[in-house]
Amino acid sequence: MSLDFSRQLHYVWALLPEIVLCVWAMIVLVAGVSGRHRPVKTPGGADGGAGAVGGSADLGWLALIGVLVAAFFNGWLYGVREVGGDSMIAVDAFRLFANWVFLIAAALAILISFAYVDRQRLQAGEFHGLILLSTAGMMFMAGARDLIVIFLGLEVMSIAVYAMSAFNRRDRRSAEAGLKYFLLGAFSTGFFLYGVALVYGATGSTNVVAIGASVASGAASQGLLAIGVALLTVGFAFKVSAVPFHMWTPDVYEGAPAPVTAFMSVAVKAAAFTAFLRVFLVGLDAAYDTWYPILWWLAAITMVGANLIALVQSNVKRMLAYSSIAHAGYLLVAMTAANETAAAGMLFYLLVYTMMNLGAFAIVISVGHQGEDRLQIEDYAGFGWSQPLLGVFMTIFLLSLAGFPGTGGFMGKIYLLQGAVDSELWTLSVVLVLTTVASYWYYLRLAWFMWMKEPATPDQHDFVVAPLPMRVALLASVAMILYLGIFPSAALDFARSSVQGLGAVGGGLLGLAP
Amino acid sequence: MIDILFYVFAAVAIGGSVGVVASKSPVASLLFMVVTLASLAGVFVLLEAHFLAAVQVIVYAGAIMVLFLFVIMLLNLGHDYQKDLRWGLASLLSFAVVGLLAGLLSTRLGGSALGGGAGAEVIDAAIREQGAVGAIAQPLFTTYVVPFEITGILLLVAIVGALVLAKRHVE
Repeated sequence: MSLDFSRQLHYVWALLPEIVLCVWAMIVLVAGVSGRHRPVKTPGGADGGAGAVGGSADLGWLALIGVLVAAFFNGWLYGVREVGGDSMIAVDAFRLFANWVFLIAAALAILISFAYVDRQRLQAGEFHGLILLSTAGMMFMAGARDLIVIFLGLEVMSIAVYAMSAFNRRDRRSAEAGLKYFLLGAFSTGFFLYGVALVYGATGSTNVVAIGASVASGAASQGLLAIGVALLTVGFAFKVSAVPFHMWTPDVYEGAPAPVTAFMSVAVKAAAFTAFLRVFLVGLDAAYDTWYPILWWLAAITMVGANLIALVQSNVKRMLAYSSIAHAGYLLVAMTAANETAAAGMLFYLLVYTMMNLGAFAIVISVGHQGEDRLQIEDYAGFGWSQPLLGVFMTIFLLSLAGFPGTGGFMGKIYLLQGAVDSELWTLSVVLVLTTVASYWYYLRLAWFMWMKEPATPDQHDFVVAPLPMRVALLASVAMILYLGIFPSAALDFARSSVQGLGAVGGGLLGLAP
Repeated sequence: MIDILFYVFAAVAIGGSVGVVASKSPVASLLFMVVTLASLAGVFVLLEAHFLAAVQVIVYAGAIMVLFLFVIMLLNLGHDYQKDLRWGLASLLSFAVVGLLAGLLSTRLGGSALGGGAGAEVIDAAIREQGAVGAIAQPLFTTYVVPFEITGILLLVAIVGALVLAKRHVE
């Protein structure tokens, strides 16, 4: 099937996964308010966990089915070709790969939040509905070839995540996180929108392909374009939480409900990075000299700053927040390299990062008794010996986040490095390796507490709950991380072919270092 | 003349938005917001987008702002705005004067803020052909139908988010 966007109906086919998610979110919302809140034994109740019962589980499964249906249509889109390749919505392998990342993130986030939503008595319909809606927003961002659509996708995603950050109304920290994220996020959105306006003023179009043509022909006004590019960078850097714009991250990640933190630390970042990549590598490729130094410095100070601050964190959620900032720094190296290897490495890394970070947060939720207590690193003392399976899983996630050989995180870092070396970014490569070595300290310190310390009380970990849905999510994540770590070539070839589509369809050549 | 007016409207819009942020009382903020939106409507008129200007005044400066004012009064926050307003009117006036001077200066120096580019001719042709409403409605439901629909989703998300956070039901 080939799509010709001069007929508006064809937008429906091109946007089927997004439309499915939006409609499904409305169904979940309606089901959430209309259902009688009867206590239903979930399939996860089998292990006797006290937090595994509740009518909210039905809505979780319903939302999960929605994600699967959207995933089916996402796969179906591989058989669809678009005519022209400069329409508002891209139908290319790059978008579809990014969609897989978002859908995996949404599915895992739903799976790990079952018992949490129930235990914290959150409104399950709205919770899962907002996850689906924000996922749809992310997919709009990844699929957009127009700055207006990117902006709207960004807002759909962000507003849903703002609301989810403040979701737990009984927790003051959650409210504080939501308000902080909302105010700073609205501010950064202003920067982004002003950047869009200035780029439009400089190039006369909001279409990324048309912007690319205008910039490459030199018709664009250089001064306006430079300011616009700088403002766009600020907008994106805020969403990926790169270092000068990271101030909100630790507080919001610490205060927001843990499943929401897990979801937004991976999915929001992935969405911002995919849109970042498309706008800068397809649209502003010819202005590489303008944005290369900005991104170079952003990447460098993000890696150094985040890893240094993470070293002294004693709260695990906060430590993971700084670690997520550090990972944004590694991914910014790929943006700075701006070649095909780096772009493929970035997609691969986003895939691995989604699973390892969500997995680590799932264990945090477990240790926190499906709540927000016991987040200090001392609370993990002896955890490994009390709960061997969860302990081994957490160790694998931590090793992967640190980048140990044999895990997906290691291969991801190798590909990022390869991309950086291809563009001859020697200094950034060295910084990446050195900060990775520094990051071993705080990841391994947690593992050390888990396996080498005695628990404060002998029964400290007896009430750790990991219901069946969460176990499914953990097992899937661990399996994928090990698979990607040992046999990475299939996934990398997949990422590589996805990025080739980006160049061919976008019309812009992926840039090379000067 | 148009150039000078543009500078005055632009300066008043900026002054108004500074007033929105700087006022202590919500009522004063809101009235400055009305000033900003009205000056933007003025800029639209200068761009010969009369329909947009009218919509701006009716929908934003009219309906939405009245709704805001209603909510503020309902929450009983509408006190002590006289001081903000007195201070603000003076500064708005100074912004207008600065705009006037900038406009006079720019016309004297020969620069034009509103150069009629290729875009203006396209818009003029579209308005001649379809009328002012058609020139907006036609692209909105054809070229830009996807952003238009996503805006609907965006509003839905905002409503759901606001309801989740504002619903008084914490046991």
